[in-house]
Order: sequence, then structure tokens, then C-alpha cells
Amino acid sequence: MCTTCGCGDTELVPVELHEKILAGNDRAARHNREHFLEARVLALNLMGSPGAGKTAVLEATAKAAAAKGWRLGAVSADLATDNDARRLQKAGIPSKAITTGQACHLDAELVHRSLHDFPWRDTDMFFIENVGNLVCPAIYDLGQAANVVVLSVTEGEDKPLKYPVMFNAADLVLLTKCDLVPHLDVELAKIHDALARVMPRPRMIEVSARTGQGMDAWVAWLEELRDGIGLGGADAHAHGHEHSHAHSHEHAHGDERHSHAHSHDGHEHEHGSADHHGHARGGKHDHD
Amino acid sequence: MHEYSLVEALVTRVEAEAKKRDAIAVHKLSVRVGELSGVDPELFQTAYETFRAGTICAGVPLTLTRVAASWSCPRCRTPIARGAILRCPACDTPGKLDDGSDALTLDGIEMEVP
Repeated sequence: MCTTCGCGDTELVPVELHEKILAGNDRAARHNREHFLEARVLALNLMGSPGAGKTAVLEATAKAAAAKGWRLGAVSADLATDNDARRLQKAGIPSKAITTGQACHLDAELVHRSLHDFPWRDTDMFFIENVGNLVCPAIYDLGQAANVVVLSVTEGEDKPLKYPVMFNAADLVLLTKCDLVPHLDVELAKIHDALARVMPRPRMIEVSARTGQGMDAWVAWLEELRDGIGLGGADAHAHGHEHSHAHSHEHAHGDERHSHAHSHDGHEHEHGSADHHGHARGGKHDHD
Repeated sequence: MHEYSLVEALVTRVEAEAKKRDAIAVHKLSVRVGELSGVDPELFQTAYETFRAGTICAGVPLTLTRVAASWSCPRCRTPIARGAILRCPACDTPGKLDDGSDALTLDGIEMEVP
């Protein structure tokens, strides 16, 4: 009410919020992240264009993981089919499709819902295969420990410059279909250069799901990441414990700001992957 | 086209704030769009104008402020030129994105309260 003269007129008030529009998604992502860490599951968000080779990389990872004794699991997002989930299932990765309909990306809530009837707790590594798209998925934190962007050698050397948001969000770029390089006019140095202009700590592994090239480096990266966030080691298989957390979706997880692992103090050390500060990284955290 | 889902999040947030303050009406919204926020300002505006119908934001103007992306050295603060390799030209430390460069922020709402 107007307090000057008490006339009963309404008042215009400016409400300052300065709040992220994706704050709701970020809360849901924190919730997922807590679940993953507590269950000692390494969650990865796999992004890339349609046809970049996301599913093929996972199929090839299944072989490498079997040798390590890792149990993998995946949810695979697709607009219309469950083809990818079926391919992964066939490759020995327990998988579930998330059919997004018209939605061009996954959000944290969709991932959370997909977990409810999937035995993700029985996995060591849980892959979230995002919708094939180099734009929209980049800005949604899902609760993953790291973002892996799959880029194939046939896509063009300047892709990182054209999609800086996606590659800036990447913790690792997997350059796929490298067995095709001899047949193409692609210069890998140009891809490296483009990445260095959008990623402050560019990290790229050249792989071929077909020949198995680079799979050992990719597996080593996963292992390093897992150890770095404290999910490796002898007790890494402590699954199946009692979990009394109610899924009310409305937890007050506090508004702690995750600072990105790569920007905490400006003191340079090449931690290839892991955050030494105890929380998982990846996603769109605030750059404090 | 994730702009629609972002607009939905925006309108939901505005509705919650208006309810909390028993607002009679909302008059203005201001949003800041970082260049690396992954949001196209024109698309966001169009999505907003389509989506606001039938909500508390119907007829409410949205002011978008664009924030250019910039990088600098987290150690010695030296700016890194646009398009350059993201390492400090002075001390070679990997660069850090400056505040706001990748943010999509609801800055403020002007509302009418009793």
C-alpha cells in the first residue's frame, strides 16, 4: 500500500534476484550428483552430434571395461527410438532408453526419473548418452562427474569454434573414427588448435571404436577420473548399502556454489581430470 | 531449441516470486544473457513472447541485456584476446572465463504489490 498518504494505491516494487534461470535444474543436478557419489558410481555425460559415434564408443568401452572388471550401465536419450539402448544392451551394457519426444536435450530431472527403475547402483560407471546435438545439452548439468564430448574426424576441423559452448563445457573430447583419417583431408593439428581457443585446458583422445585405437588411453582417463574423485581403490565396490533417502525432489541442498575444478586458484597443475577438492565436476558450475 | 524450456523455467520462477509477495501484477522482467550461455537472445525473446500468453507474464515486457564473453588470467588478471589460445599471454596460465560470460540470469522483476 502507498505509505506516503495511505490512499490505498498499489505500489511498484523492483525485486532484485540475480538468479540463474537454470537454478532449478542445477538443484536437481546436485541431487543426482550426491546420489552418484554416495553410491560410488562414476557418472559421465556423453554429448556430441548425431552420428558422432557416442553409442559406438560405448560399445567399444564395454570390451575394455570387461577386462578391468568394471560394471557399466547407461541411459541413452533419443527423440524417437530406443535403438541405441538396444545396441548397448547387446554389447553387454545394461541400458535404458530415455525417449525425449521433441526435447533436444536431457535435463537433471529427466535423468533422475530414469534412475528410479534402473539398477544404476550396481554399476561402477554410468554413462548418460545425451541427445545427439552440439547445442542444447551443453548448458544442462545432469549431476555427472565429467562431460565427455564425442567429435568425429568427419565433422570438420572447426567444430569447436562453431560450438564453443559445448566444447567449453567438455572435460574431455574423444575424437572418434580416427581409422578414417588416411582417407580424409582432415588435419588433426587444426582440431587441436581450435580446441585450445575454446577450452582453457584442452584434452583430446584420438580413438577408433572399430580398430580399438586409443581405447586404452580412454580407459586410463576414466580410471584417473574415478580415482581423483575418490571412487577408485579397494572399497570401490561397496554397492548395495542401505539407502534411506526419500525421493521428494524438494531437498534443501543448500546453495553452495561448486567452483570449477579448473579455476580454483590459478595455480597451475595438470590434473588431467580429477578435482582435488572433493566434489565432482562437470556440468555448468559457476566459475567463481 | 531449448529456449522454450528456459522460458518455462523463467515464467515459473516469476510466478513463484509473485505469489510469495502477493503481487497483483508483474510489470517488467530483466534478464542477462552471456554470450557463452548457450542461449540465442532473439530466440529467447520469441520463445518468451509465445510462452507468456495465459501466464502472469502475459503482456509483460522482457529486457534482455547481452554480456560479451571474455577470458582472463586467473593469476595475473591479464586479459586474453578474443579468439586467441586460452592461455595467459604474460604467464601462460590457462585462462578463466570472466563472470557473466556464460550465465543466463534473471536480474530482476518489477511487480505491483498491494
